[in-house]
Amino acid sequence: MAAITIEGVSKRFGAAMALEQLDLTVADGEFVALLGPSGCGKTTLLRIIAGLETRSSGRVLIGDRDVSDLPPAQRGLAMVFQNYAVFPHLTVFENVAFGLRMQKRDEATIDRQVKRAADLLQIGPYLDRYPAKLSGGQRQRVAVARALAVEPAVLLMDEPLSNLDALLRLEMRAELKSVLKEAGTTTLYVTHDQTEAMGLADRIAVMHKGVIEQIDEPTRIYSKPSSLFVGGFVGSPPMNFLNLVASGGSLACDGFSMPLTHQGPVLLGFRGEDVALVEASRGVGFEVKVIEPMGSHLLLTGVVNGERIRVVAPPQADIARGMTIGLQLDAARVVVMDTQTGKAL
Amino acid sequence: MPTSRWLPYLLIAPASVFLAVFFAVPLVQTIVLSFDGGPAGLWGNYQRMLGDLNFNVSLRNTFMLVLTVVPLQMMLAIGMGLMLQKMQRGREVVLWIWTIPLGVSDLAAGLVWLAILQNTGYLNTFLFHLGVIDGPTAWLNSETPMTLFIAVVVAEIWRSTAVVLVIIVAGLQLIPKEFGEAADIFGASAWQKLTRVTLPMLKPSLQSALILRTVLAFEVFAAVYAIGGRNIPVLVGEAYVWQRENQNYSVAAAYAVLIMVISLAATAVYLRLLRQKPEAQA
Ligand SMILES: Nc1ncnc2c1ncn2[C@@H]1O[C@H](COP(=O)(O)OP(=O)(O)OP(=O)(O)O)[C@@H](O)[C@H]1O
Ligand SMILES: [Mg+2]
Repeated sequence: MAAITIEGVSKRFGAAMALEQLDLTVADGEFVALLGPSGCGKTTLLRIIAGLETRSSGRVLIGDRDVSDLPPAQRGLAMVFQNYAVFPHLTVFENVAFGLRMQKRDEATIDRQVKRAADLLQIGPYLDRYPAKLSGGQRQRVAVARALAVEPAVLLMDEPLSNLDALLRLEMRAELKSVLKEAGTTTLYVTHDQTEAMGLADRIAVMHKGVIEQIDEPTRIYSKPSSLFVGGFVGSPPMNFLNLVASGGSLACDGFSMPLTHQGPVLLGFRGEDVALVEASRGVGFEVKVIEPMGSHLLLTGVVNGERIRVVAPPQADIARGMTIGLQLDAARVVVMDTQTGKAL
Repeated sequence: MPTSRWLPYLLIAPASVFLAVFFAVPLVQTIVLSFDGGPAGLWGNYQRMLGDLNFNVSLRNTFMLVLTVVPLQMMLAIGMGLMLQKMQRGREVVLWIWTIPLGVSDLAAGLVWLAILQNTGYLNTFLFHLGVIDGPTAWLNSETPMTLFIAVVVAEIWRSTAVVLVIIVAGLQLIPKEFGEAADIFGASAWQKLTRVTLPMLKPSLQSALILRTVLAFEVFAAVYAIGGRNIPVLVGEAYVWQRENQNYSVAAAYAVLIMVISLAATAVYLRLLRQKPEAQA
């Protein structure tokens, strides 16, 4: 039983607020990815949960134990540091064994768990080496193995795969997911990589300027962002937004209308792949400016009413630069945001 | 291009010449002088040195001082360095105060402690007022070798721990804080963190500090002389006596060479004992 509960945690560095009244719950055995731009407070949050940083206010609970004022060792968690912190004076084996040795486990257990973690992260061949003789990606995997070896109930990971090549990252990701699910490890996983967050997480928490903007299942984060920021941050290309005005109980534009009780200016958000491309007369007029062939699809950049929009077309679509085509929106797949607050209505 | 090939040598030439003139030449001269035993032959000066009444006792005193002072100093400096590391505020001020003795010459330091510890010194005045002693008590003469030795140890530690401290503080600052944090997370106690993470990562600094301090400690003299005169003979003191009072430069040179050999041997031992596998470096 090791859920993480964060209640109203704030962190001030001098005058700057790094975290503001942040609430977050990670259920027992759940995998939550923390996604957000650089400097939004992800590492700070992890360090406060781990007990490495003091908080300015709020509480941290692990299971139903208030650990807010406990030293790191007594919180019963493991962590992968953003800059690895692999001990240079110890071999890879001893690095991975470090936590187990501190727990005074017997040699046979240490040997078994170290080998297991090392196999999982494919660092078995380097066990006798010192970290100075490893590449950055290999060192990073040592850091992950060190955390997995102690079989923690709670695991905090700060961009643990950021230094691996795309293929290895894909492989490690799948391995991590299955191992952590099997062990029922409660995991909070910081990443910059959206596809990683999408693929790994039970839920994604999108963080922005010290607050969590939205926490939800990956598909909902993607298709139903709760704010302008989430829509613009998640997905590549990001969500498109059109400035419209709602009146008379509905929101309408060329070839599209949906009921809406809100009155006044709103933003209509939609994903580039959620539109049907039709004749110009039957939808929203879209003037194609740039065509980028991406292999699996074409990425079209153009303008609608002077606003920049990106949509996705099938790879064989017969589209040329300068053409105006129609975009047909699906009322079930759009989001409407308040122009003022940037929040979903 | 020829100029670029010779340029490095040209650039180190002034330093090399300086070292040769002021270091290598006197060194060679001293060594030559020490083996110039006249009628007594090559080892004549060394035989006189070994036969000297004070030789054994000065050798023993020097070693005892080094073996007492240096380990105490290292432990003190590590403790002080770790304390500084923990301080949130005022670290600079405390470090500055702790390093004041660095600016005091060893003779002056010896005189300071003499003023404290002599018959009518501050310590006796203080103890007298407390009622512990009934009058001036001698701590520093030949009848009280133990307190004399302790006084010299205290003075030496006060005077020269700061050098070790500065090296250790610099070394500690080079260790990224994440290493200690990782140790915390994985359940290391304060002692385990010190012995398994901090000290191993501090090894290069410890090695420098040990070599520097040991070599200097073998040359201990002025503070000892100020506090104990010749009641506590040490090697450099004997060299001084042979040079100044006996006007025998050759035996003084033999002492100097002996001190150098001991220092070099100590350095070699440290380099070997504290050797770090090159691949284990950060
Ligand atoms: N020790 C500190 N002192 C002062 N400010 C700090 C400190 N640590 C972090 N900050 C500030 O707090 C904010 C959040 O930092 P944090 O390291 O948590 O960001 P992050 O989300 O992990 O970013 P990245 O993705 O680049 O790692 C930043 O604006 C940073 O400048
Ligand atoms: Mg970070």
